[in-house]
Amino acid sequence: MAVEMLSYIDRKSPVHALSGATKLIAFLMWSSAAMLSYDTRVLLVLFVLSIYIFKISQVKIREIGFVLAFILAFLLLNNVAIYIFSPQEGVKIYGTSHVLIEIVSRYNLTLEQLFYQFNITLKYFVVIPAALLFIVTTHPSEFAASLNKIGVNYKIAYSVSLAFRYIPDIQREFRIIAQSQQARGIDLSRNEKVWKRVKNVSTIVFPLILSSLERIEVVSNAMELRGFGKNKKRSWYSEKPFKQRDYITIIIAVLLLVLSLLITFHDGSRFYNPFI
Amino acid sequence: MKKAIIDFKDFSFKYRSQVEPTLVNINLTIYEGERVLIVGPSGSGKSTLAHCINGLVPFSYKGDIEGSLTILDQETKGLDLFSLSKMVGTVLQDPDGQFIGLSVGEDIAFVLENDGVPQEQMNKQVVDVSRLVEMDDHIDTSIHELSGGQKQRVSLGGVLVDKVAILLFDEPLANLDPATGKHAITLIDQVQKETNTTVVIIEHRLEDVLHESVDRIIVMDEGKIVNDTTPDALLVSNVLESSNIREPLYIKALKYANVPLTEEMRPAHITTLDIDACKANLQEWFEHADSAVSRGKTTPVIAVQNLHFGYHRERQILHDISFSIDQGEMVSIVGKNGAGKSTLSRLICGFEKAQSGKILFRGEDITNDTIRQRAERIGMVMQNPNHMISKHIIYDEVALGLVMRGVPKEEIKSRVEKTLKVCGLYPFRNWPISALSFGQKKRVTIASILVLNSEILILDEPTAGQDFRHYTEMMEFLVELNRQGVTILMITHDMHLMLEYTPRAIVIADGRILADDSAVNILSNEEVIAQANLKQTSLLDLAVRADIADPKEFVSRFIAFDKGVRKKWQ
Repeated sequence: MAVEMLSYIDRKSPVHALSGATKLIAFLMWSSAAMLSYDTRVLLVLFVLSIYIFKISQVKIREIGFVLAFILAFLLLNNVAIYIFSPQEGVKIYGTSHVLIEIVSRYNLTLEQLFYQFNITLKYFVVIPAALLFIVTTHPSEFAASLNKIGVNYKIAYSVSLAFRYIPDIQREFRIIAQSQQARGIDLSRNEKVWKRVKNVSTIVFPLILSSLERIEVVSNAMELRGFGKNKKRSWYSEKPFKQRDYITIIIAVLLLVLSLLITFHDGSRFYNPFI
Repeated sequence: MKKAIIDFKDFSFKYRSQVEPTLVNINLTIYEGERVLIVGPSGSGKSTLAHCINGLVPFSYKGDIEGSLTILDQETKGLDLFSLSKMVGTVLQDPDGQFIGLSVGEDIAFVLENDGVPQEQMNKQVVDVSRLVEMDDHIDTSIHELSGGQKQRVSLGGVLVDKVAILLFDEPLANLDPATGKHAITLIDQVQKETNTTVVIIEHRLEDVLHESVDRIIVMDEGKIVNDTTPDALLVSNVLESSNIREPLYIKALKYANVPLTEEMRPAHITTLDIDACKANLQEWFEHADSAVSRGKTTPVIAVQNLHFGYHRERQILHDISFSIDQGEMVSIVGKNGAGKSTLSRLICGFEKAQSGKILFRGEDITNDTIRQRAERIGMVMQNPNHMISKHIIYDEVALGLVMRGVPKEEIKSRVEKTLKVCGLYPFRNWPISALSFGQKKRVTIASILVLNSEILILDEPTAGQDFRHYTEMMEFLVELNRQGVTILMITHDMHLMLEYTPRAIVIADGRILADDSAVNILSNEEVIAQANLKQTSLLDLAVRADIADPKEFVSRFIAFDKGVRKKWQ
């Protein structure tokens, strides 16, 4: 069957027990801390913490393996690109230059550049587990409720969660259409030239759009007939009420954010400089 | 005098995008607690009528209204969709498309959420309603794990939770297997009795709805109400035939046997029918009717041997499937929703790879052929034509498969034109596909498969969602193709289709072949019927009640006779 990426993974764990809104707030704080800070000490602490949280969530690495591999590939690409476009960024930031290997003109390998790129990679590693955890431990029904709770209009929140929900359906439909087109001789395999393949995919996209439009009409009628959009506010059946652990989590998240910003900026620079 | 709850007065409606009005001068009153069935061919305006009642017309589909429609004494023009949805609960046709929640409880609660009901009270109400529709053991179950019948229960629950005065069902039986359809009708009946709501059902499967009693049947045709009477009175009249609605088979048999039907004989239900008044005629007809001619054996064209399939090793979808189909046969594949019928057809076309087993085409092993190679021998027509159409003009769509195979231009032209003629689409060859009706689109998809010279056609629900006239046209077209030598396999839930058109049927239940026999034998085998969610034909009940010596033979004689009659009026 179609690979189900980023779908909810049901476990009994402290992370799952938290309300979706709590997780969303904590995730936003967490990623702001990771985004704003280049302080290696802060990032390392956050990294260790995120590994720990991942551990207690009881989600297995292989369950999110595909997405993780995808992100890591992207990270690698990102690192290569940074080096190609700005090989002296580290030197500029840290003010010293410890050359390890000379390559060509400005393309040398400095300790500063390595350290800078290590920091960037670390940022990824702080944010990725948190982001993935938020997605795979929040039940899709609760997803919209948590967006709404932090102030997003419920119509928008619902659209977002509906869109997520239809991804598997659309994958399935895509497969059905692709197979019926292949039967008529439309080749999507590597035997065909790239340009021809792209053109061939368009014969699938057209029916896919048509059937998606049909689906949208049915759902929007069904929703309107059951009173969606009538009031300014609505309640949520699967919203988890806030418990003590939710408050504690949010307080910890806020403290972590404040603390990491204090440590990062106390000397007026976002960077921790081990070279002076 | 009963209280009027829905009241159309000189009501007309024209969609903004159309020139002609869809509803013309409707006068109709429906009273509190009534059960009303609205039937009519496609395009008769019955769905528009339903949309007027639930408010989609004019609030979502705009247009011009003349005359008045009051629901619970309020003029609907002055209301809005939301206040109407408090009075009218609608259960839509497509059981999958209308689910909004992910679990049973969440979906039932949707209306309450929109009203901002606090969570605690919401939970209580959801439990109450799920008990009413007998889903209280499944509140936390995911929608995707439910059977077709359970889905129907949930969508009904989602509407009942709001304590509406009117329940509106828009083709509730479409996509349900026969036994599930029967349960659905019973459920509607039960809920109506418990809540005393007014029930309006729009459906063209008349015989299936009449499984439980309704108070009135309204027949629509070309935007007008052509008949408004009790089931008994309707069935003795000729209105159904002239409006292209399928009569229940036992009624047809009674008419063939020249039974003088009257309302007093209570023909609305096979068990209430006054059989003593019919016996003599039926028995006499039976003696004189010819028995069916069975076709001779020809060579096998496709054979499946010991096929096994499953997405996971542990959970097999098909176990040890073996059968053989002869050249020129027309066979139905039937069974309950999710039994593995579609999977089987996908294996035959090479869309999926079997774990073990062989597929033979004229004795040649094609198990390892690609989708494309198989397509030149076996064509698959999907249920939804929109899944197959990717060009704008009919000619281009039909030509696509040949263009992709690099066939010379001249040959493409002659092959496409020949196929279009066979399919009755030649005059429309330069039309845009979007201008075609559902049935015509389906023909285009059949043509686009036939043009590849496939010798076997597999059709998934070829007549779903089509009224009796389109159904007959489609089936006669397939019969004609069959006569020209195309072997046809059909996956279907329609017992009428199976009985009338396919002499042989293969029944699949829980991934195994349960029976492979003549359609008549299958539809009179109670064990098979129960296991595969099929439904016994009313003809058999009729024959048994009329003390006919050989009821099965009665059914086959009826089918043969009926075929003869249809040939005459063509």
